[in-house]
Amino acid sequence: MSINSRHPRVTRRTFAAGLGAAGLVAGTAPFNIGRAQGAPLKVGVLLPRSGVQAFIGQDCQRGVDVAAGILKDIGQPSLQIMNADTESDVQIARAQAEKLINEGAQLLVGAFDSGQSTAIAQVAEQRGIPYVINIAAAPPITEQGYKFVFRNFPIAPRIVADAFINQKEIFAETGKAPKKVAFLHVTDTFGSAMAKSLPDALKKFEMPYEVADTIAYDLKARDLSVEVAKAKGTGADALLVVSRLNDAILVTRELVKQRWEGMGVLSMGPGWYEDQYLKTLGKLSDGPISFVPWYDPNKKLAKALQAALAKQFPETHMNTNHVYTFEALLIAADAYKRAGSANPTALADAIRKTDIKDNVSTGPGIQFDAKGQNDKLRNSAIQNRGGKLVTVAPKGATDAKVQWPATPYTKRS
Amino acid sequence: MPTEIYFNVAISGLLTGLIYGLSALGLSVIFGVIRIVNFAHGEIMVLGMFFTVVAFRHLGIDPLVAVPFVAAILFGFGYLLQDWVVRRVAHLHDYFQFLLMAAVAVMLIAVCLMVFGPQAQGVNVPYALDSFSIGPLIIDKVRLYAGIVALLGSGAMFAFFKYTDTGKAIRACGDNYTGALVVGLNVRHYYALTFAIGCACLGAAGAIMVLIVDVHPYLGPPYTLLGFIIVILGGMGSLPGALLGGILIGMSEALAGILLQPSLKSAFSFAILILVLLFRPQGLLGKVQR
Repeated sequence: MSINSRHPRVTRRTFAAGLGAAGLVAGTAPFNIGRAQGAPLKVGVLLPRSGVQAFIGQDCQRGVDVAAGILKDIGQPSLQIMNADTESDVQIARAQAEKLINEGAQLLVGAFDSGQSTAIAQVAEQRGIPYVINIAAAPPITEQGYKFVFRNFPIAPRIVADAFINQKEIFAETGKAPKKVAFLHVTDTFGSAMAKSLPDALKKFEMPYEVADTIAYDLKARDLSVEVAKAKGTGADALLVVSRLNDAILVTRELVKQRWEGMGVLSMGPGWYEDQYLKTLGKLSDGPISFVPWYDPNKKLAKALQAALAKQFPETHMNTNHVYTFEALLIAADAYKRAGSANPTALADAIRKTDIKDNVSTGPGIQFDAKGQNDKLRNSAIQNRGGKLVTVAPKGATDAKVQWPATPYTKRS
Repeated sequence: MPTEIYFNVAISGLLTGLIYGLSALGLSVIFGVIRIVNFAHGEIMVLGMFFTVVAFRHLGIDPLVAVPFVAAILFGFGYLLQDWVVRRVAHLHDYFQFLLMAAVAVMLIAVCLMVFGPQAQGVNVPYALDSFSIGPLIIDKVRLYAGIVALLGSGAMFAFFKYTDTGKAIRACGDNYTGALVVGLNVRHYYALTFAIGCACLGAAGAIMVLIVDVHPYLGPPYTLLGFIIVILGGMGSLPGALLGGILIGMSEALAGILLQPSLKSAFSFAILILVLLFRPQGLLGKVQR
């Protein structure tokens, strides 16, 4: 075997070709760096796609699924979505956040639940990757002095405050207010945060009713007959609730079985307006009023999101899950466009300077304060009517008149 | 609070307790005879719940009518599980048996997730939201029917073990393994039959339970724990003890919810378990192991 066969000789021609190739690479490299934003931003979307919150996680995903088309239409850069399942578990949420970052995620979005979002926030801050929370209301998340964590969702005290403001508007409009309510709440992070906010808010807003009893129950409760019996036993005129989907269904069934005849249900959390609630309970789903972060039906982008959802998911009504998950991606795309880079620090700086007026949610738009919280958001009151959702407060952002008190379950066919 | 609320809650707890009792019979009979602690207890019941949902949705069979069919399916499942799998580790240390049953539980959760998905599913029977009114008392129709069927199921179990030759043979195998072999009983068959009967109980309880609770794949572990609490409270291996334990836990959970705080219901069950283990470890109707 000759030496040449093992070490191919470099000819003048191959040397020239190599030099040309090297020149081409060298010439375009700065351009590639400068055009980093030309490539899609890698966004890790963490949602509870399985476990007790699976329905909600899958519902949030619909907001992700329709985002690409809308973002393109409004001139935002494209995003490369990396999906992850938190399995409705805090520790898995933490592990999945780590995994997404290790796999190249340049920004994180999620995770619906306050406990899971807290865990992801710790990982994001530690690793220096921007994290935009879609839905999570527990105040401490944005009270830690984090530099990479942003939340475009109202905190629990804001939700409670707006819930009372909107309730008072409804009571004033109808001239009928309950004198006594029973407060039922789930004991997860969100439910507990809401319950903690309640006493101060009641005093502050001088509500026309007193809370006869506060009834806490476990998120994984299989049967809520005792809880409802206890609430009924207080003789409350109305129920004030903070729940999730499955427990909202369980509570409603028990209200029917136990022949409760109160004025209605006032919900300050998810569950009662969700499609699965409407589908599962049919006519019995009518009546509850939910005081939740919602969308302004009169905004242009809200109409675009609604149209996109109606096209892709004809049987789905637009709700909080879609709105805030979509807006989290809108914030990511907008920041990427302004930052001109996927550099985490540049992205975080850009998010901090966000000023989106043309958005979907109720309120003046999306801006973040020094803590990374959008404190400009406002909540709406929505009512289930005929298997659909209508917005009944605040004034100026409604599309129907409220029906209060609701028809008692015992008087429905 | 009006007095009738306490009675309503106590009746509701009693009826739920009867279903708990039927499911715990499944655990107790398996332990009492084969001496295997069934860590897949809750998952097997969840399997029965899913079968009932499928029978209701695709064949329109009412869950109460489906009880014998679901029990029969799980009877077959239990027989094969004991004869093909559990029997082969019966001679090994208890730890291996625990691990095996825990592995079966994990597999059942995974299979349910793959086949039925993660979401909660229920049955919407025409009488789902009805209730009987007796004076000031309101009794949930579903829970009443479910409680009656559970009571009948438990009665059938007691009668089977007390009056039939097969039942007596199974008890003989449980009381004295060597003696049963000496007199020529087919112990392998009777053990498989016992496991099958235990699973059939779980199938029946699952078919009834799905009327009250929506089923999802992760529902099993809490029911496994609940089953252990009931069986330990009533006495390991004691059939009347399992039924009594079920009723006591059902009622005490309900009353703890109304008298204390609903979020303390589960904690209250565990508190009872601790007290029983401390002061009467053989359970209320169990025999002292010497």
